[in-house]
Amino acid sequence: MNGYVYYPGCSLKGNAKHYEESILPVFKEIGMPLEELGDWNCCGATAYFSVDDTMAAAICGRNLSLAEKIEKDIIAPCAGCFLTLKKSNKFLHSESEKAQKILAALEQAGCGYKGKVAVKHPLEVLTQEDILEKIKVRVARKLTGLRIACYYGCQLVRPFTDFDDPDYPMSLDKLMVAIGAEPVDFSGKTRCCGGSLTGTIEEVGLRLNFILLKEAKRKGADVISTICPLCQFNLEILQDKIVKKYKEDITIPVLFFSQLIGLAMGLPKEDLGFSRSIISLKPLWEKIGNGGRP
Amino acid sequence: MEIQRKVKYEEELDRQFLDVIKQMSGSDEIEGCIQCGTCSSSCPMSVYMDYPPRKIIAMIKNGFKDEALRSFTIWLCPSCYTCQVRCPAKIKITDVMYALKRKAIEEHVYPSRFSIPVLDKEMSKIIGANGRNSELWLILNLYLKSRNPLGLLKMAPLGLKLMKTGRMSLKKESIKNKKQLQTLLKALKEGAR
Repeated sequence: MNGYVYYPGCSLKGNAKHYEESILPVFKEIGMPLEELGDWNCCGATAYFSVDDTMAAAICGRNLSLAEKIEKDIIAPCAGCFLTLKKSNKFLHSESEKAQKILAALEQAGCGYKGKVAVKHPLEVLTQEDILEKIKVRVARKLTGLRIACYYGCQLVRPFTDFDDPDYPMSLDKLMVAIGAEPVDFSGKTRCCGGSLTGTIEEVGLRLNFILLKEAKRKGADVISTICPLCQFNLEILQDKIVKKYKEDITIPVLFFSQLIGLAMGLPKEDLGFSRSIISLKPLWEKIGNGGRP
Repeated sequence: MEIQRKVKYEEELDRQFLDVIKQMSGSDEIEGCIQCGTCSSSCPMSVYMDYPPRKIIAMIKNGFKDEALRSFTIWLCPSCYTCQVRCPAKIKITDVMYALKRKAIEEHVYPSRFSIPVLDKEMSKIIGANGRNSELWLILNLYLKSRNPLGLLKMAPLGLKLMKTGRMSLKKESIKNKKQLQTLLKALKEGAR
């Protein structure tokens, strides 16, 4: 395949616009500008697989086919999209009768798929040795002294373990070191945030995120750096309710890893989506020596 | 005092259930479960479950179909795959949970006002029809279908915050080539699945 195409998924066009706003400039800066996959459809997430796995894999097949036509591999920044597309891709390569049926239906709909596309997460790409070197060279302002809790969540590192460790991955930590920051030993890094359960059973969502936020604070983190839009949403949006319920100060900014990389590269801050934070970033700007100003 | 039987008689069990779930989940390893409990102790949700994952696997192996399909456990699984990567018998436990969800929907035995299956079904419908999800419309449908208007009201402050930071779109998203999507889904429906 000839480079990568960007698959946004619903979150990066909705509540996680600041992920798109920061990941695209970062890739551009390292000389790999990303185009958006034309007429992509939703991945179906965990929901579609809970209802109908044949249909779910088929709609993922359509996206894979669209990428194959332009001879690109897919970069999917949302951990949910990443896993759903990757899992479906693997399934469509299997000999099973169901997979063959889906491939035939794709063909019939004019979006046949030969199986040539690879699905990658941006963290996977950005931590390849040669690209990591490129990032290091482009660091204009090291985030020295900024203590970071690297949060990977679930679906990037599980069930597929070909890219990093399923329990205690280090790729994001390494990337944060490369931009001069200081990762803390965050034992919650792959503990689940509850996913969509925070929207359906609030009590459970509050507890799961309280555990994560408390651990990040206890380790002295200034910010949580994450790679998944749903994790970012859950960790940030529930903070005021968690403070009220558990009467503990667990307030901490939750940013996308790409926002921090862009910041270190010296890209204009107003272009990296920082204004979309619901939690105040003032302590962060103070810490990196900007007198509390963004 | 009336004596209540707490255990099932053998003839009340569904002996086909194991094979059905093996087939639906693509996990042939279920019978290899040694009941070690690694899944239950790894699961971030097990404290909220009526039966922890270890018991669900035992139920499948032994034909306790109703108990497994009617459990809250299957809907509480957030698909974090921790159990699946740790299972010493290599059972694809998360995929098994997915299979149980599908079976429960197929047999209409899921709790109908419980919001999780409602969310799954509504999201699938939106994507099947338009090719894309629209966050706001999904949330509206969720509270409508689970008949929980109060829940929607409670979401208002959150909605405001998202509006203020430009993180909520009122637009109904859709792909351009809806016809292709419909052809694809129709081809699958028509072919005996």
